[in-house]
Amino acid sequence: MMAALGALLVRDLKLAARVGGSGLLGVVFFLMLVTLIPFALGPDLNLLSRIGPAILWIAAVLATLIGLDRLFQGDEEDGSLDLMRMSHVPLELVVIVKGLAHWLTTGFPLALLSPLFGLLLAQEPDAMLAVMATLMVGTPALTFIGGIGAALTASLPRGGLILAVLVLPLMIPTLIFGVSAAQAAIGGTVPFLTPFLVLAALSLVAIVTGAVASAAALRGGG
Amino acid sequence: MPTSFLWGLANPTRFMALSARILPWMAALSAVVTAAGLYLALFSSPADYQQGETVRIMYIHVPAAWLALALYAIMSLSALGTLVWRHPLADVSQKAAAPIGAAFTLLCLVTGSLWGKPMWGTWWVWDARLTSVLVLFLIYLGILALWRAIEDPGQAARAVAILTLVGFVNIPIVKFSVDWWNTLHQPASVIRMDGATIDASMLWPLFTMAIGLTLLALTLHMSGMRSEILARRARSLTLKAADRAAERQRPLPLSAGSAGAGSA
Amino acid sequence: MKLAIDHLSCRRAGRLLIDDLTLTIAGGEALVVKGPNGAGKSTLLATLAGRLKPAGGTIRLVGDDATAGRGGEEDAPLAERAVLVGHRDGLKVALTAAENLVFAAAMLGAPATPAEAAAALDVFGLAHLADIPVGYLSAGQRRRVALTRLVLARFVPVDRPVWLLDEPTSALDAAAQEDLAHLMRQHLAGGGLIVAATHLPLGLEGARSLTLGSQAGYHDAADGWEFGA
Repeated sequence: MMAALGALLVRDLKLAARVGGSGLLGVVFFLMLVTLIPFALGPDLNLLSRIGPAILWIAAVLATLIGLDRLFQGDEEDGSLDLMRMSHVPLELVVIVKGLAHWLTTGFPLALLSPLFGLLLAQEPDAMLAVMATLMVGTPALTFIGGIGAALTASLPRGGLILAVLVLPLMIPTLIFGVSAAQAAIGGTVPFLTPFLVLAALSLVAIVTGAVASAAALRGGG
Repeated sequence: MPTSFLWGLANPTRFMALSARILPWMAALSAVVTAAGLYLALFSSPADYQQGETVRIMYIHVPAAWLALALYAIMSLSALGTLVWRHPLADVSQKAAAPIGAAFTLLCLVTGSLWGKPMWGTWWVWDARLTSVLVLFLIYLGILALWRAIEDPGQAARAVAILTLVGFVNIPIVKFSVDWWNTLHQPASVIRMDGATIDASMLWPLFTMAIGLTLLALTLHMSGMRSEILARRARSLTLKAADRAAERQRPLPLSAGSAGAGSA
Repeated sequence: MKLAIDHLSCRRAGRLLIDDLTLTIAGGEALVVKGPNGAGKSTLLATLAGRLKPAGGTIRLVGDDATAGRGGEEDAPLAERAVLVGHRDGLKVALTAAENLVFAAAMLGAPATPAEAAAALDVFGLAHLADIPVGYLSAGQRRRVALTRLVLARFVPVDRPVWLLDEPTSALDAAAQEDLAHLMRQHLAGGGLIVAATHLPLGLEGARSLTLGSQAGYHDAADGWEFGA
């Protein structure tokens, strides 16, 4: 079973690297959003440094959403999802591995590169580190919550918009705790660890719920 | 026994017959109780010493908030009915409850906003309760959107049931996180409404309104279920008619035994 | 080993396509499912493959007394004992033919090396295309790569005796069709089972046939109830 899951992970990473580099595209989209916001707000560095963590988090939510609609849709269209459904591996684990591959190519590089984008938003070094840590811990929640929407819309030809409508409300708690942990690190009344641990818990809950719900959706019925 | 009663209704024909008899009575009852509640709320109850006449918004606002949650609970139970017990009416009930729940949630938001204007001096504040209800409204909208997006009713029912249950798990998390968020960003001058004890002269109108609107919601739910069943029957008949027409076009269907014969 | 279908009914988008189908396919037997478009051929295969849930009835793979140990039902559901080649190829165009097969082998329960995948491709005369992305291949070549999943069992320990084939010969030329027929005969001779949905002759003598379409019906229109247990 581990061999099968390993093969699935390798396959999905290869696909992400070869097909338009969707992971890289997420990072580019992230950069675009971070660039757009100062144009809307004005180049006030004080303001930007204050709301920088919020901007980075919103950008991360949207950038995660971008590639999610293809998480299961591509495999459903070409029939490779049938291979996974008929394998001896529980579909829940298939979902977790596919989510992991998606996170490794989207959430992980975003978190890794967020200090770079933090420079554009006049972030202090500790703020950058805090945002990076919260994104590392919080983006898996975004991937797996979004994965539920991706599984529910896998058979829809134009699932992108409806996916966003379905999952964005569910991502609000992650956003709240991600941003408050990052804000707490640069000063505030709350200690950093409280929201940070809640964020980690949200990610764990999202992985479990996401795996169960997505697998139930992919198992089909009809 | 409630379970066996529910299974007794599993036959749609029986449900249609029974609901046709109950529905007029429920409609009449909800009209009478709501009218009585409105009279009590608008005329015979006192104005608040602090809030004046605007307190009367409460008599709509609070029952709407209660029904927003109650209808989500009905949807979650129906979702379990679809996924676990495979009750044939469960997804009809889910589908009928969704727009009613969304409407009461919207009503709650609108009345909250109307109440907020004189109280807080602004149409909207990011108060923890209002914000939670707003997120609930967004979840309702997602469920309605998913119903419309998936063509096959069986497939749609399953997908919506999963989404409903995920939303159900999420609602307490949303409530918790919005409360947390709200205490972090406490707005400067908000008159908190909770904590104030409510006088009996206001409790009775509120109670009557809550019962009246609940009866209204149940009436709408039952009548929504009836129209959904009729819509599915119509769909089924249309499919049948389409197939009959197609058969007439193709007088000679492939017959058994002609192994390997090509077809048009 | 036998595949026992018992009072199976399948519904698709409100249509009752298969109503109360009961039949048994024994090891070494092939069932060819025929019928006009929309008669339920693909629905039947998808139901056997476990992608669609039956509206009623059961599908069981019953083992021989000797092989199944307990002389009864197989432990694994049919989907885990079957190889499906559906009307969609299940191939990723960005991956090479060998990479696609390595992945398929892992999903079928037996990891394969790229060399083993290339050897399997050779059965259909595709060994020279092993390292070419599937996106560069023609429709017929892709079909053959997909069909190669059936012969993986010769190279790695895949234990899936049931073949589920949906229009297996589409896009295949005469030579490839003959290759496929040959493989199917070998599979049957080895005690395997085949369920194939097709319009076209498969070159299987003595295969049983099932024609769908005429018996497709609805529940009583007066009730008009179209789904449920």
